[in-house]
Amino acid sequence: MKTPVTLTLNGAERAAFADPGQNLLEFLRRGVGDLSPKYGCGQGTCGACTVRMNGQTVLSCLVLAEMAQGATIETAAGLATPAMHPLQTAFMDHFAAQCGYCTPGMLVSAKALLDRNATPTRDEVIEAISGNLCRCTGYEPIIAAILSVAQGRIRA
Amino acid sequence: MTDMVGGNMFEMRKEFFRDERDDNLNEVGKPTRRQDIPGHVTGRSPFFDDHLFDGLLHMRCVRSPHHHARLRRIDTAEAEKMPGVVRILQGRDVPRNLNTLLSLLDFGIDDEPLLSDTKVAYKGEPVAAVIAQTEAQARAAVQKVRVEWDPLPHVLDVEEAIKPGAPVVLDIYPNNKFVYHGKYDHQKLRFGDVEAAFRGADHIVEGRYQMSPIEQAPIETCGAIAAPEQNDRYVCYTSTQGLFFSLGTASKVLTMPSSRLHFIGGTVGGGFGGKVDSIHEPLAILGAMLTGRAVKYAWDREEEMQVGAPRGAERWYLKDGVMRDGRIVARKFTGYFDSGAYTRLSSYAIIKGVGHLPGPYTIPNVYADVYCVYTNRTPATAMRGFGITAVDFAIETHMDKVADVVGMNPIDLRILNAYRDGDMKAHRRIAKNCALIECAQVVAQKAGVTLSPALAAAASTRDGGGARAALPAFTATDEGGRVSGFKSTNYAKKGGRQPDMPGVPAYQSPRTAPPTPNPSPQGGGEPTPPPATPVRTGAMRFSSLSGFRRR
Repeated sequence: MKTPVTLTLNGAERAAFADPGQNLLEFLRRGVGDLSPKYGCGQGTCGACTVRMNGQTVLSCLVLAEMAQGATIETAAGLATPAMHPLQTAFMDHFAAQCGYCTPGMLVSAKALLDRNATPTRDEVIEAISGNLCRCTGYEPIIAAILSVAQGRIRA
Repeated sequence: MTDMVGGNMFEMRKEFFRDERDDNLNEVGKPTRRQDIPGHVTGRSPFFDDHLFDGLLHMRCVRSPHHHARLRRIDTAEAEKMPGVVRILQGRDVPRNLNTLLSLLDFGIDDEPLLSDTKVAYKGEPVAAVIAQTEAQARAAVQKVRVEWDPLPHVLDVEEAIKPGAPVVLDIYPNNKFVYHGKYDHQKLRFGDVEAAFRGADHIVEGRYQMSPIEQAPIETCGAIAAPEQNDRYVCYTSTQGLFFSLGTASKVLTMPSSRLHFIGGTVGGGFGGKVDSIHEPLAILGAMLTGRAVKYAWDREEEMQVGAPRGAERWYLKDGVMRDGRIVARKFTGYFDSGAYTRLSSYAIIKGVGHLPGPYTIPNVYADVYCVYTNRTPATAMRGFGITAVDFAIETHMDKVADVVGMNPIDLRILNAYRDGDMKAHRRIAKNCALIECAQVVAQKAGVTLSPALAAAASTRDGGGARAALPAFTATDEGGRVSGFKSTNYAKKGGRQPDMPGVPAYQSPRTAPPTPNPSPQGGGEPTPPPATPVRTGAMRFSSLSGFRRR
């Protein structure tokens, strides 16, 4: 039996039917059509599916779609408005994405950090992205990109 | 980098590679944006799974729980009745259910089924593929496929696998060793006479080195989505790293002209070598052919780790003959490359590796026997410098050991033995554009190591060639490891073809098929004579496989 789920995705109200047991990741991707959260492990270890639910970062592969009924969801697809968010520009300038697969989840974690702490230390940045695995960059460019936004050193 | 060392390195490039490229560089040394990065940071880069199809079906494989077993029977009756199940594929559904990846380069014997139907040779090998409406339904139905197995003894260690009486992993290689050039059960390198040189050496230094298998672990797991397209074609979105490799493989195993296959890729969520094996594309397309619907076949993370082909394990034995002053006069290798249960790219990795021996050092006597060994482990494949990385680890660790024995600084030892321009390499090519000495000098400078004055003044461009350019006066050869019954599958020569497999029509690449004589326009005339010089065919492009490419 499919369940109707209504939520606010990146500021717009969206509705779709969830399959029994479907997770929020698959619901967002195949039900609603936001393909920015990625599947990497399905068991909450890689962070590629990270989204914000009512302001909190969650691993959408571990959240049942039905639990998102009425929730506010933010994903990487909503960062540009349509001008690029400073974090996106910083990621581009710092070569903070190579294959790009972890990037949407990484950006969501970074945005959540800066929303609660506008001037994080390097350690706080590392802590904030510690749940997001990247296999390409070695993390340093990502940390540098996030710090550059926090310190207002972003190039136009 | 603006310090002196960085400056030196830049000057070195100018000095050593001035003939290789002009100095009018616009990009090197300056930060630049990747062209695909706007898609990455907006989440719009189209990975294979980012394509939506109405009514997409999902494929999951039934896998062997055994390292090695015969398949007695597969019973799908109960699974067929499970909710959402559309079709269950077995080996008999695959048009040409036997392949080896490098057959596209006319190298190797077909050895691996897409879906095994007689025997499995590694844990996780697929024997059936369930296609269902949802992934959860496919998973549930996989549990209901009943397979009767006859477990066989298995072998997981390369040196155990080549002992007499070891379990036979692949029937076509009864000694668990790949056959090179149709002649030898290993790849040979012979240069000079190591045994004679060992007798004249002051020290003999031996070592055993091993590197474990390493999973590439891309964040995106391997997968493909295939769907019927217009005009009797199939579209395939894939995570492959080698789009035309996967296209050629799908065309071969599905016995379908590649003009009917529309492959779309290029956006790869991390590969590192692990996405060249072309397993998902043919299965997804076959599913689309047999159901008439879009089919997704992707590994979950557990499959990526268990059945995704890793960098193969390698074990190396090194023996050096060394003089008191640090000169290495002989080096002997015995290497065992763990191919796992099938060949895939391991045979090629060894050719690459042997071409690399004895490392970047001018050693007048070199010997290598390197074996591509089959075990009941997950088949190995490409990964970042595969074939080179593990033996380099062995060589450089061994160099440190040699330095310790002769009481020399390890950097001094490397400079003393390094290739210089004009030296003869063990694979009988003259070394050029050498830069190890300069790199070692920079390392010493960075590490605060004081080099001996002579070696601090050494240069790759000086003191090479001459006697160091000569081939050995005598090279000791042997017929060790000779095998018979294998036709040469000579990938270096055009027209080489694979031995016929019983019951399987020989695969003929259109590119390597013998040319058909053009009929004379008048008719009845003599056929056009073949050109005097062989036409350069596509196969030649890959001749660097054998080390025959000239620079």
